[in-house]
Amino acid sequence: MNILNLFKVSINAVANNKMRSFLSMLGIIIGVAAVIIMMSIGQGSKESIRKELSTMGTNLLTIRPGADMRGGVRMDPSAMQTLKPEDYQRIMNEKKFVTKVSPEVTASGQVIYGNNNTMTTVYGESTEYMDIKLWEIEEGDGFTEEDIKKASKVCVVGKTIITELFGEGKEAEAIGKNIRFKSIPMRIIGVLKGKGYNSWGMDQDNVIIAPYTCVMKRIAAQTYFSSINCSAVTEELSDAAIDELTQILRESHKIKEGADDDFTIRSQAEMMETMSSTMDTVTIILVVAAAFSLLVAGIGIMNIMLVSVTERTKEIGLRMAVGATGMVISLQFLIESVIISLTGGLLGILVGGGISQFVVPLIGMPASIPAWSIYVSFAVCTFIGIIFGYIPARKAANMDPIEAIRHE
Amino acid sequence: MSEQTDKRKVVIELDNVKRYFQVGSETVKALRGVSFKIYEGEFVTIQGTSGSGKSTLLNQLGCLDTPTSGEYYLDGTPVRKMSKNQRAKLRNRKIGFVFQNYNLLAKTTAVENVELPLMYNNKYNAKQRREAAIKALQEVGLGDRLDHKSNQMSGGQMQRVAIARALVNNPAVLLADEATGNLDTRTSFEMLVLFQKLHREGHTIIFVTHNPEIAEYASRNINLRDGKIREDTLNLNIKSAADALAALPKPQDD
Repeated sequence: MNILNLFKVSINAVANNKMRSFLSMLGIIIGVAAVIIMMSIGQGSKESIRKELSTMGTNLLTIRPGADMRGGVRMDPSAMQTLKPEDYQRIMNEKKFVTKVSPEVTASGQVIYGNNNTMTTVYGESTEYMDIKLWEIEEGDGFTEEDIKKASKVCVVGKTIITELFGEGKEAEAIGKNIRFKSIPMRIIGVLKGKGYNSWGMDQDNVIIAPYTCVMKRIAAQTYFSSINCSAVTEELSDAAIDELTQILRESHKIKEGADDDFTIRSQAEMMETMSSTMDTVTIILVVAAAFSLLVAGIGIMNIMLVSVTERTKEIGLRMAVGATGMVISLQFLIESVIISLTGGLLGILVGGGISQFVVPLIGMPASIPAWSIYVSFAVCTFIGIIFGYIPARKAANMDPIEAIRHE
Repeated sequence: MSEQTDKRKVVIELDNVKRYFQVGSETVKALRGVSFKIYEGEFVTIQGTSGSGKSTLLNQLGCLDTPTSGEYYLDGTPVRKMSKNQRAKLRNRKIGFVFQNYNLLAKTTAVENVELPLMYNNKYNAKQRREAAIKALQEVGLGDRLDHKSNQMSGGQMQRVAIARALVNNPAVLLADEATGNLDTRTSFEMLVLFQKLHREGHTIIFVTHNPEIAEYASRNINLRDGKIREDTLNLNIKSAADALAALPKPQDD
């Protein structure tokens, strides 16, 4: 019997027992749907985190002072004073894989306007900061190189500052007003476009950005940077940019060959990787749990197939009497169980896909079905059909036609 | 039977066939040395009471089983040392089975049932299968019921489908096992008319039964007892099943 006829015979057998076939498929349908939903939620979360991180610039590199050892005590990195204006100058002069550079000095505290006040952080930056972090200005202007040179007391503020100090939607009015931060008056020259909360629940709009020179001299009174933000030419060249920066800084800090760096450079890509791998772990755990239901479904199919083989003993006997070999009989039952599990898998993909597309977003979760999960589902279902169809198929093949045909 | 050299073709030859079964520590001797030849175009009944070994003999003739000793030649081919798969192929090409319970596939049309043996023969494509099946069904008088499903047919019709299925592969021998056992008298005679027709057309038929009446309509009768041949006689006065059918009282139409 050729394979096409076998498929026809097996499809007929499944179709002749619609209810039973459907019930044995049900386990597979639920299992595959569960796996698809878990995978799509995992993938969706990953994509949304990725999107979020990319709003900060995917080619972002952050240089921080390294945690140094002082007499066996590891020091707090923020207390380190290793990132100096000379480093910044050197990077500016020698950079090739790095496009934008902004040294960063921060100061946290209360900002006051009239009767209102709020807690915030002032970021002292260069003019290139906006491009590095992908900030856009909604009202007014950013500060200029001139402002940096003069350490002007000007600032660009986030939406939250406007809402807290001036009231919602008062962006235009706030331009030109002086706010006080630690008794230093600063003139608002621009308002940033809102970015909202990030996935850690931090309000990204609660910021004041000012020339770094101003923050260093007038507010924080320090001669070193807390970090330096850079952007690599492209995301792909991040590694080359890191090597380059490392080289520059080691020379600048006169670090001997073999000695450890006294700074660390983190790329956004690396951050994403960390986040992704955390999500992956969670996804894998969920998918494994769902996959166990597929195992149970496979056992269900085996059970039904065993019943089916017993029930059709006479048919098997007849087929053998008219010339079917054991091989052909076992193929017939194997194909039948693969058809059941594959059809179940297909329905499961439809159900799981439907739920991920239409139901999961309703409960506010991101979902995105990875294409490979569909291929894997197909492969797994075929595998289940063969594995769990094998024992019933062998039982059928090993029947004695004499006994089988007289079976009542 | 004929001792003189026979010019007819030998379809079946049994040479001292013995079949023993091991049941626990006992050896059951189902066939204790059976020898005979069946020639092309013979209509042979094999009779015997239960326990006479006729089922075992049928299994031997049908290549469903192999002898413990002796040899069985089917159409010249020795069967004893054949593998399971070889015997499956041999059955497919050389034997047509008709069973007592028809053994049709459920929820399947007459044509599809008849096509079944050809499904296991790669020499036939779908078109040839269907053509052969239709021809076989016409031969048994069911040309107008090709697409009836097995559960929509009467016992007699189902047995006709089963006979068509046995004929479809053009077998060397037709093996009927109590083929009228489940049918009423009238339908039984209808079936015998059909077998006699097939006999006239040159088919070799072996009909295993415990009903001695059937022997009167066959050309030869082999009688078994205790695993041995008790009697092997030619029937020189074959009765016509058609006449017997006509003589039956008409079914009362009430």
